[in-house]
Amino acid sequence: MKSFTYERVDSAAAATAAFARTPGARFIAGGTNLLDLMKLEIETPSHLVDVSRLALDKIEATAEGGLRIGAMVRNTDLASDARVRRDYGLLTRALVAGASGQLRNKATTAGNLLQRTRCPYFYDTNQPCNKRQPGSGCAAIGGFNRLHAVVGASDACIATHPSDMAVAMRALDATIETVDAAGKVRAIPIADFYRAPGKTPHLETVLAPGELITAVTLPKPVGGTHIYHKVRDRASYAFALIAVGAIVQRDGTGRVALGGVGYKPWRVEAAEAALPRGAKAVADGLLAGAKTTHENAYKLPLVERTLAGVVAQAKG
Amino acid sequence: MQTPEEFELSRRGVLVGGAASVATVTLVPIGTATAATPPAKSPPTAKVAFEVNGTKRELELDTRTSLLDALREHLHLTGTKKGCDHGQCGACTVIVDGRRINSCLTLAVMHEGEKITTIEGLGTPDKMHAMQDAFVTHDGYQCGYCTPGQICSAVAVLDEIRAGVPSHVTADLAAAPTVTKVELRERMSGNICRCGAYSNIIDAITDVAGVKA
Amino acid sequence: MKFDTPATSNPIDQMKIVGKPTNRIDGPLKTTGTAPYAYERHDVAANQAYGYVVGSAIAKGRIASMNLDEARAAPGVIAIVTADNAGKLAKGNFNTAKLLGGPDIEHYHQAIALVVADSFEQARAAASLVRVEYARGKGAYDLAAAIDTAIKPQASFGTEPDSAVGNFAAAFAAAPVQLDARYTTPDHSHAMMEPHATIAAWEGDKLTVWTSNQMIAWSVGDMAKTLGIPKENIRFDSPYIGGGFGGKLFNRADVLLAALGAKAAKRPVKVALPRPLMINNTTHRPATIQRIRLGATADGKLTAIGHESWSGDLPGGGPETAVAQTRLLYAGENRMTAMRLAVLDLPEGNAMRAPGEAPGLMALEIAVDELAEKLGIDPVALRVLNDTQVDPEKPSRSFSQRQLNKCLETGADKFGWSKRAKPGVARDGRWLVGMGVAAAFRNNLNAPSAARVRLAKSGVVTVETDMTDIGTGTYTIIAQTAAEMMGVPLDKVVVKLGDSAFPVSAGSGGQWGANSSTAGVYAACVKLREAVVQKLGLASDAVFADGKVKAGRRSVALGDAAADGELVAEDRMEYGDLAEKSQQSTFGAHFVEVGVDAMTGEIRVRRMLAVCAAGRILNPKAARSQVIGAMTMGAGAALMEELAVDKRFGFFVNHDLAGYEVPVHADIPHQDVIFLDEADPTTSPMKAKGVGELGICGVAAAVANAVYNATGVRVRNYPITLDKLLGKLPDMV
Repeated sequence: MKSFTYERVDSAAAATAAFARTPGARFIAGGTNLLDLMKLEIETPSHLVDVSRLALDKIEATAEGGLRIGAMVRNTDLASDARVRRDYGLLTRALVAGASGQLRNKATTAGNLLQRTRCPYFYDTNQPCNKRQPGSGCAAIGGFNRLHAVVGASDACIATHPSDMAVAMRALDATIETVDAAGKVRAIPIADFYRAPGKTPHLETVLAPGELITAVTLPKPVGGTHIYHKVRDRASYAFALIAVGAIVQRDGTGRVALGGVGYKPWRVEAAEAALPRGAKAVADGLLAGAKTTHENAYKLPLVERTLAGVVAQAKG
Repeated sequence: MQTPEEFELSRRGVLVGGAASVATVTLVPIGTATAATPPAKSPPTAKVAFEVNGTKRELELDTRTSLLDALREHLHLTGTKKGCDHGQCGACTVIVDGRRINSCLTLAVMHEGEKITTIEGLGTPDKMHAMQDAFVTHDGYQCGYCTPGQICSAVAVLDEIRAGVPSHVTADLAAAPTVTKVELRERMSGNICRCGAYSNIIDAITDVAGVKA
Repeated sequence: MKFDTPATSNPIDQMKIVGKPTNRIDGPLKTTGTAPYAYERHDVAANQAYGYVVGSAIAKGRIASMNLDEARAAPGVIAIVTADNAGKLAKGNFNTAKLLGGPDIEHYHQAIALVVADSFEQARAAASLVRVEYARGKGAYDLAAAIDTAIKPQASFGTEPDSAVGNFAAAFAAAPVQLDARYTTPDHSHAMMEPHATIAAWEGDKLTVWTSNQMIAWSVGDMAKTLGIPKENIRFDSPYIGGGFGGKLFNRADVLLAALGAKAAKRPVKVALPRPLMINNTTHRPATIQRIRLGATADGKLTAIGHESWSGDLPGGGPETAVAQTRLLYAGENRMTAMRLAVLDLPEGNAMRAPGEAPGLMALEIAVDELAEKLGIDPVALRVLNDTQVDPEKPSRSFSQRQLNKCLETGADKFGWSKRAKPGVARDGRWLVGMGVAAAFRNNLNAPSAARVRLAKSGVVTVETDMTDIGTGTYTIIAQTAAEMMGVPLDKVVVKLGDSAFPVSAGSGGQWGANSSTAGVYAACVKLREAVVQKLGLASDAVFADGKVKAGRRSVALGDAAADGELVAEDRMEYGDLAEKSQQSTFGAHFVEVGVDAMTGEIRVRRMLAVCAAGRILNPKAARSQVIGAMTMGAGAALMEELAVDKRFGFFVNHDLAGYEVPVHADIPHQDVIFLDEADPTTSPMKAKGVGELGICGVAAAVANAVYNATGVRVRNYPITLDKLLGKLPDMV
């Protein structure tokens, strides 16, 4: 870990100002991914701005009937919130499917969205990785890639986004609120938040340097049956092979988002129209244009079968 | 499939020191996108004060010091274990302000003013906490290295269930979770025991929780 | 004491303390965080500096150049050790690759430098500033591609690579029912929770290491050889070991580099292997490719048994002895086994819990299940039918004890085996449910083991031996042994372990530790009893009980024998040829029930039962823990554990505990263990055998067979992950 200076801030404005003032700065909140990566010198900030005590730890009702979730709300608190459990069950289900109790006690809402891939080649600094070192190559292509992306990947990167929470957020049409050093706020639909790897897999989100996530808002509840099925080799404390998050209405319509298949939580609204016709049509639409390796080709039938199980479960 | 040689070719542009031939490659750690800055003469430090097992502690630490290393190397509270240092095993579990966390994945300086309970704070060999006692009775350990983390986690898990925190196996999100073996197994899954004492650990926790086996 | 005739009755047979499910005597320390592990010994040496290991970035080749300037200039750096400046180092007898590489690199993450600094943070940061230029060489990393180049290896530890009895080829060809199948097991990692760690300190030319090591005397010897110093100048201290499973049998880079670092830094140095380095830096269980051919009569009698195994290792390494159990487990007149070894430039292969039998039974016990299916015979019945009470390769030699059939039949009864349905039939909601069985088999090994016993005036008996407790319960069973022998309660016994200053023990490995080390304590206690009797002037048949020594009408407090000074006795148990005269083995049967999600193919273990016949069980509580732990590791081998090989770069890609998945709580149901009542007089006066490795033998196959029973899908390549089932599961509704 490279050495760094440290400061704790008490407001978003102070945070963005500190960032702007200090070259090599990074925000730190829960730290559960950033410190992991700093130990391996995959992340090497020279200054840490501790935003973990910002007063962004509330979950509040919005005027539109939705919820505004502070960026610093811990995963445990978000999952436990009575309103979330009642109206956004998918979000609770996704959160508690991720990581461990200890990690969820630290990890924040904003940090969860920003966590980086768990591709083992990204984590091994001896290995080529375009995400970690642009232009060095992608060792996962042609290497061990059983866990890797089947949609949205590029010749430069086939990493997946590891978040469960983000899958639920995507299905729930969440919006990410930010502020920058100039005090400018913006609201980014989660659908537009993650960048495709293309030739620049090191650029993962549309956030500008120093732009701070302040909240995530959820529109008013959409009802329906909420199911999150995370498929993994071991029963807990593992990243997804694939995950299916679904909200199914009584009439059979609904929404579907996938985890573990691409660089972002994967949702194709057009494909959802086929939901009343069953899983296959939806899966075909979701995974249109999929590109697989012999190690990860299983993800296509797995998505379809898991979705079929979810639909059957929703019907009760 | 790309061969190692092809990778080296593709990476030549970023290699430090230049490669004399295709077969020679400089492999400095290629983690960082930015060039390394010359190291400072002495690393930055920061002061932090917190309470550990009821005792006020004030430390001036290299900012990089994890809470785990602060406990083990600076306060010599070595009951908290380093198994992986990357949040992948749970051996470093401690309870901070009533919540269990991985002490390896948090900086000590971020815990200003907080109350930290480690395994040493739960009990001593002469005066064991009920959970420690139950682990002995049920042989809920073997090599003992994951054990402090398991015990801290177990104590916090029972509190979490009492507080109504849901888990992956909680059937009804509208209802309060209950202490069942299935709930305990899921909630304890962030604590790996390679000796495989799981079945006994769950017996120990259910014993403390007063659940019928 | 020499043990060369079967044991008759002795004080252990009283079983007042031995054989009781006593709580571990080290339990209060372990559960309160006060048991000191290697890296935690702040008290043993002042002014400890921190070492951080740099691992090679290539698997094979050489270091073209190394630039230490930046690292040296980094804050806090005291010294940097490399092969260039470490002086002459010999390779230890137990190491295949050097512990400090360079300029030649033998495997990925081979240690090439140790950076010593004032703090851990400084050492870690400076380690990343070591600049290395490599010349990458060509290596072989793909076992399947290398098996054509595999050769017949030399015998290792007395195990010949080949065996042949009768005429296998003709008998197999003539067999009415044949099975010929190929199985693969992947590379496995010990993944013990405590990383390899050491604190080293020099006083003049004397070295002390506080480390985490299973085999103290072996490692002292290897350290002496490596450093070229007399072993009398080296002290190892390893009282608590955070898991080993074979991964800490030998010296690893932490202990050598701590010693070298301490010398270079001129102060004590502590080193722990970083978790992401451990898997490629240390040893692993090698992958195997196995071919099994079984020929049987229509009524299920085995007539031909053939088992071949291919594995790989670095030059100079050995094979995974996966065929060993097949020479002994089932009857059959015509038999062959063969092991072949390929050179692979992956990290060093070596022993991991039940080396040989663990991967061997993963294959063999699926094969037996497949044969049962072909024969239309219940797999329990087929195994019972082919039991043998003699060594099938040397029928004149019998097993000292063999209750495999009773294990199988007891287990079948307790588990409800009769309710097992045909493959793919039983359902529980969306779960396909199946049961599987496998035999467990592991040889019993004894090794010479010494101990010293001290009697104090207080009546406290102190045992000293360099034996280790790697979680096995050694502290407790040694205390039970000494208490039983000396007639004192358990709390009057103090046990000190793991210090090379103590008499040399069997150490912990090959499940020989429990029987061997307690037999050594028995021998020392026999001597101490003689000394006590002599001191007190009692008849030689005096009885030691209740803290007293009684002979005739005299009853004297035991401590009185030490009234004018501590009594000390030391002895070593050695073995004659009883283990050659009869075959000493341990047996078991594993029963497993799994559920397989009909939609996703996710596999979850629902029930597990092991029935073991393994001689006298010295402490049923600790022994049961050994078995459930082994069952857990076996479940991991069945369902998730696999070191993923990058065949281009030559390393294990998933080299941390997130990538290399081992079972977590949620994977493991309540586990049941039954020990059959046994006492084997041929093994030692303790009449015990090993059990800690028996427990893993066959578990994975029982899981595999249960998955088959649940789904009708036979997977012969471990681990059995859902992607191997998906295309063959029933169609969706």
